[in-house]
Parts: sequence; structure tokens; C-alpha cells
Amino acid sequence: MTTNATDANSMLPSSHFYVREHHPESGTLLGFWLYLMSDCLLFAGLFATYAVLGNSYAGGPTGADIFELPLVAVNTGFLLISSITYGFAMLQMQLKQVNGTLFWLAITGLLGAAFIGLELYEFAHLIHEGYGPQRSGFLTAFFSLVGTHGLHVSVGIIWLAVLMVQVKRYGLTTENGRRLMCLSMFWHFLDVVWIGVFTFVYLMGVL
Amino acid sequence: MSEHNSHPDHGSLKSYMTGFVLSVILTAIPFWLVMANVIESAGLTALIILAFAAVQIFVHMIYFLHMSPKSEGGWNLLALVFTLILVFIALAGSIWVMYNLNVNMMPGMMSEPVMESQNP
Repeated sequence: MTTNATDANSMLPSSHFYVREHHPESGTLLGFWLYLMSDCLLFAGLFATYAVLGNSYAGGPTGADIFELPLVAVNTGFLLISSITYGFAMLQMQLKQVNGTLFWLAITGLLGAAFIGLELYEFAHLIHEGYGPQRSGFLTAFFSLVGTHGLHVSVGIIWLAVLMVQVKRYGLTTENGRRLMCLSMFWHFLDVVWIGVFTFVYLMGVL
Repeated sequence: MSEHNSHPDHGSLKSYMTGFVLSVILTAIPFWLVMANVIESAGLTALIILAFAAVQIFVHMIYFLHMSPKSEGGWNLLALVFTLILVFIALAGSIWVMYNLNVNMMPGMMSEPVMESQNP
């Protein structure tokens, strides 16, 4: 009789398994983290491609010929500062300050846009000089890797703008908080990838 | 639920500023090493800036991405470790295989065995 009762209990979709562990409010953040990890593998593929093709100049320019380190340093600064300003936005969000959050998000977006602007200028300059992605294996790998990162940042800026509208319109709801946390992870993740890019591509390319 | 929202893995001003200052230093030194040509040996410089990059990635993971063994019940870290293993295999494997391919299959080295097989 007692065993029957416990069996019946365990068959019920009860809260038995859910109450004991501390679970996050939703699996979204973990799921988004898993997406970032898969994105990390995508970048690993591009880095591996660059590692293999990085010396295939085909008689064209080398990294030392075309990379302008001061430009890259400024760009790195933009992205680094945008990471801390996004952090400030998150801190304002924790304080439930809608205007403060929006302000720091706007600054972050502008820094991201400045980063993309400089990168596009660099790309346009290279292509204008005749050093487009079709020039050599090295340049193909370079444009693929740096371009994919730039594409991610561009999408991040669009996402950021959309979230700013959401926050402006609906305030710092639970949903918007969760979205901002996902974008936070995305943004900081892109900065981590950029560390790999400026070290492996630019600095080591000039050496 | 509300009491859980204040758990510390969302960062504080202090942790963000610590991370920022550390990453500025860890970015500035490699750029300075390369742009000012501080060390003669290019290989040694490369090793040093790679080490700086690795440390900076750690700093970003901890202070900006708020990684800790406890976040998301440990699944975050587990996924990260798994990814890092895959990244290592992809990078090291590609470089190793393609290096050997380049060394052993250059056109100059191909010609000899081909010639031999044509004149038995």
C-alpha cells in the first residue's frame, strides 16, 4: 500500500525534482552561452584557416606591408571601452535606472559603430590598393576572419538598437533584462575574439 | 525569485573596473612591445604577446563574462572546457596537418617519385 502510494507520487509531474536544486529563472542564459560556444568553434575554424594560409602571399603584400598598427590600436581601444560601457549599462539596469541604462547602451553602440567605421575604412583602403580578398590566400583568410568578426559586431549594434527601443517603450521588464544579459554576453564574447584577432593577426603579422 | 536576482555573478562596479584596468594594461603592453620593437627576437615577442592574450582572455572571462565554476550550476564552465578542447584540436590539428602537407608535398619533392614510376 505504501509502496503504491510512493509510486503514484513519483509518477506525478510534481515539483519533486525542481524544488531542491537552485535553478536559474530560465534556461535562456545557458542556451545563449551554448550558442556562443558554437560561435567560438566557427571562429576557431577561421583562425585555423588563417594560421594555415597566413603565409601564402602569392607574391602579394605581407601583413607587415599592409597593417597599420596605430589604427588597430585605436580600434582595439574602441572595443575595449565599449565593453566597460556595456558593463555600466548592466549596472544601471541592476539599479532599475531606465535612462542610465539607455545612456550607456547608446555610448556602447556609438563605440561599436566607430569600430565598424574604422574597420570598413581599412577594408576599403586595402581593396582600393588592389589588396582585396582575391589577391592571395593570406588576404582571403584575413578578410574572412576579420570580416566575420566585424559582421558579428554589426549585428550586435542592430540588436543593441532594437533593445534600446524595447527598453524605452516597455521599461526594464524581466524579459528585457534577460535580453540585455544575452547581448552583454555576446558583446563581451566579441571582445574576447578580438583579443585573438589583434594578437594573432595584426601584432604577429607585423613581427 | 527576486532574492536570486541579486546573486553576485552580474558583476559590480568594482569588478568591471578591475577587469577594465587589467585588460587595458594587458592590451597596451603587447602593442608597445611590437610597435616600439622592444625585443630583438621576433619569436620571443610572439610568445610573450600570445601569453598576454591568453591572460587577457581569462580576465575578460572572469570580470566581463562573469564565469565562475558555480554559474548556471557549472554547465557554463563545462561547455567552455569542452569548446576549448575542440578549439585546440581544430587549431593544432590544422596547423600540424597542413604544415606536414606543405613540407612533404612541395612540387619540387613530387617530381622525383613521379619520374621514377614512369621509368620502371
